[in-house]
This record gives sequence, structure tokens and C-alpha cells, in this order.
Amino acid sequence: MVAAALGRPRIGVLSIQGAFAEHARVLERVGAEPVDVRAPGDLAGIDAIVLPGGESTTLGLVAEESGLLDALRRRLADGLPALGTCAGMIVLARAVTEGAQPLLGGMDIVVRRNAFGRQRHSFEAPVAVSGLDGAEAGAPVDAVFIRAPWIEESGTGVEILARHGGHGVAARQGDLMVTAFHPELSGEHRFHEWLVARARVCRERGDERRERHVGAQ
Amino acid sequence: MAEENGRTGTMRVKTGLAQMLKGGVIMDVTTPEQARIAEDAGACAVMALERIPSDIRSDGGVARMSDPEMIAGIQEAVSIPVMAKCRIGHFVEAQILQSLDVDFLDESEVLTPADEAHHIDKHAFTIPFVCGATDLGEALRRISEGAAMIRSKGEAGTGNVVEAVRHMRAIRGGIARLASLPSDELHAAAKDLRAPYELVAQVAADGRLPVVLFSAGGIATPADAALMLQLGAEGVFVGSGIYKSEDPPARARAIVEAATHFRDPEVLARVSRGLKDAMPGIEISSLAPAEMLQGRGW
Repeated sequence: MVAAALGRPRIGVLSIQGAFAEHARVLERVGAEPVDVRAPGDLAGIDAIVLPGGESTTLGLVAEESGLLDALRRRLADGLPALGTCAGMIVLARAVTEGAQPLLGGMDIVVRRNAFGRQRHSFEAPVAVSGLDGAEAGAPVDAVFIRAPWIEESGTGVEILARHGGHGVAARQGDLMVTAFHPELSGEHRFHEWLVARARVCRERGDERRERHVGAQ
Repeated sequence: MAEENGRTGTMRVKTGLAQMLKGGVIMDVTTPEQARIAEDAGACAVMALERIPSDIRSDGGVARMSDPEMIAGIQEAVSIPVMAKCRIGHFVEAQILQSLDVDFLDESEVLTPADEAHHIDKHAFTIPFVCGATDLGEALRRISEGAAMIRSKGEAGTGNVVEAVRHMRAIRGGIARLASLPSDELHAAAKDLRAPYELVAQVAADGRLPVVLFSAGGIATPADAALMLQLGAEGVFVGSGIYKSEDPPARARAIVEAATHFRDPEVLARVSRGLKDAMPGIEISSLAPAEMLQGRGW
């Protein structure tokens, strides 16, 4: 059990559609073992999950069809840490401002899709993000926004970590973190390092629970 | 509006949108209703055009950019990216489509070429371009002109995947060959490929194109889509294959499932069941050389 806690955390990457390979590469670089998640069975044994950028309608529809959306909701309710970028932020939101589409929910935010406009208005800019640890804690994020959403409303349990043009573009609620931009496209590792750290904590907590359980028998 | 938000039109922003489309299916649509069917089926983007390739093929005549009104109607109907096609070398069609806020431009051999020597200087545009290629040299020439995404051409409007397979194998084979060459042979390789040395050296070092590679032209079934993905495509364009079939919504949905589960034969078998008839399709050898679209572009 101790050996399991010392091993590399297994981090799922929702691999239905979008930039999932880019996230897997960053996870490897920060010492985690990425695991492709396409079906409910792939969730077994993961310590955290990344919900990547892509088209949120595609992600929601395909994940709903296979039962993955329900299975993921149960894991999130049990405290599975998650990082959602762009479409991943939309999927984690409790609602979107327009239209109806299958969502995972879990985070008390309402998101406006394509809020910064169509592709002609996609942009990159430095963005100051609070709450990031590590050697470059205070350095701004080299943020790439692609047909990006923003956070329109957020509940009291949600901490807005960054704003751009006055709009929320990064946020955290417990072990859930979301960004409207794409850290996986600009060599930014701090968000993934945060997720790996949370995955380690949750794994140790789970091991302690199991040990107590064994001890009680 | 958004210029104050940051730097727009950078290569990273252009190739980034292509990266977000990976693993997905981009569907040709001609009406807002078809666009909604595509979005509801899980398409990651739609290509707005007036006539799908098989109709362009049977109608003959000059095929041009679509009517802006038709494109605007499709933009209003869906929330996913909307692409449009301009003729090879027709940079004014491209300027017009960019002004309409189209998300991605396809400089396409499916339309009648407007320039027999020059492709569009794609670096001059804010929105990204995808271009077709039949082999590695053609792909690298398009990337050098600023393409942010490549699709293997196949033979559009035939419902026959054989040319898509040929072109994907040619591109992937060309990459594998470059990666195996000693570095002092890359200059001659660049000359043979008629592509810039810097790009050739980059592909040799990385073992992959510097932009996303999709497949197009003749994909008609879930199995066709999975075949192209297993051959190394990062996503597929499906044109006539959906709306020339008997049950377009079911087929669209099945091809989307196939693109996610492309290595899982059990899922592929499940989604292939009861799809009704695919488009009839055309045997390539029955086409006269002048009827082949893949030879357009240089």
C-alpha cells in the first residue's frame, strides 16, 4: 500500500475528441502516468482526470452515449480531482448561458461559450493567475485562447483565479480547477503540477481509509 | 472588437484550433438544417458549402465560393466552428470569407482552381487554412505557405476510400523515410520534395508534420473513418458520404462514435449495424483523368 502511494499518480485524460495527446505529454513531463479515458471502464484506478479542449458538444454527446458521463459524475462526487481546459471548463460547469447540451457539472459556475468571439478573435496574451505554486509561482501564464469561453457567474464556493478583460478565465472549487485558455499549448506546467499534487493527496487519503478499514476488521 | 484582448492570428492560435478538432469528424453541410443534424450527431465542425462534392462532380461547370448568405445562415444555426471553401489561389474569396468570420478556410481542389501556379499566401490572413495534399512534398509546400492544417485529398465525391488511403500512406511513408535519413541527405531530400529545407529537417527530427493531419475524400462508413485514423489521420472530413446516404443522422452519429473508438472493433461493429444504405459510390478507374479532383493544386 505504501508502494502504491509512492508510485506515479495515474491521471486520466478524457480522450474522446480534442487536444488530449497534448495533455498526456504535459502529464508525463510532470511525473504522472497519463491514462486514456474513452469508456466507463477506463476510470478504474485513476487518481485524477483532465478534461481537455475540443468541442464541448462532441465530448458531452459521445460521453453520454457510453455511460461515461454518469460514471464520471459519480467519481467527481467522490472527490476525484479534475482539471478542465476550455471545452473541459464548459463540461464541468453546472450550466451554459445558451443552448442545451449534455454536461458533467460539478462546479458551481455558469459559462458563456465562444464568449471572446469566433476564430478571427482568438488570441494569446499573458495572464496573471493566483494560487499557482512552484518555482515560477508569480509569473504570468502564457495563455492561448481559442474560441474561448468565460465564466459568466460563479457561486460562493468558487475562487476566481484569473480575469481577462474583466471576465473570469480561471477558477478553483476544492479539487476542481478550470481555465478558459490552453496551458497544454504553451509549455505551461503549473496547472498540471497542481493536479498531480492533489492526486497524490487523494491517493494517500484513500490508502489511509483502506488501512483503517483493514485495522478495524 | 477583440484586438484589445491580445495577439490574434498567430501561428499558435491558428494551429491551436486545428489541435482542438483532433479526433473529430468535420461534416459537409449545405443548409442550416443539415448543420444542426451534424452538430447533434457530435460533429466537431461543419464545412458550409452550396453543393456537396458528388453534386459538383455530376453538375459540372465552374464551382466557386458559397453565397455569404448561406454561410451566415449556417453560422447562426450552430455553435461549433464553421469552415468554408475558397478556390485554389483565389485570395479575394478568402478575404471575403474571413470578413464573414468563418472559423477555418479550406483552399480546396473540390472547387475550380483560380490560379494554375500560385496558392494563396496564407500567412497574410488572421484565420487558419486547411489544404489538401496527396504526398509529403505537397503537404510541406502548403505548410510553408502558411497552412495550419493538412488533409490528405482522397477523391472527393466518390464514396470510395481508396485514394484517401493512397494519399495517407504516401504522406506517412514520406515522413517515416525522412526520419530514417542521415542529416546530410536532408538537403537532397528537400530538393526532391520541392519543399523548404527547414521544414524537411523539422519533420525528420519530429517524425511528424508540424501541423494537424486529417483525412478527406471518399470516407463513407464508420469503418472507413476508423481505417483512416488507424493509418495515422488525426481526424476526418466527411462530405458526400453522409448526406448521400439513406439515413444521414444515424450515419453521422455512427461515424462520430467510430472516430472516438477507432481501435475498438466491437464498438465499430455496434455502430455499423442497421445504418441502411451508404452512398452508392464510384469506382475510381471509371473516372476520366480530367474528372479527377486530386490533381488540382501544385
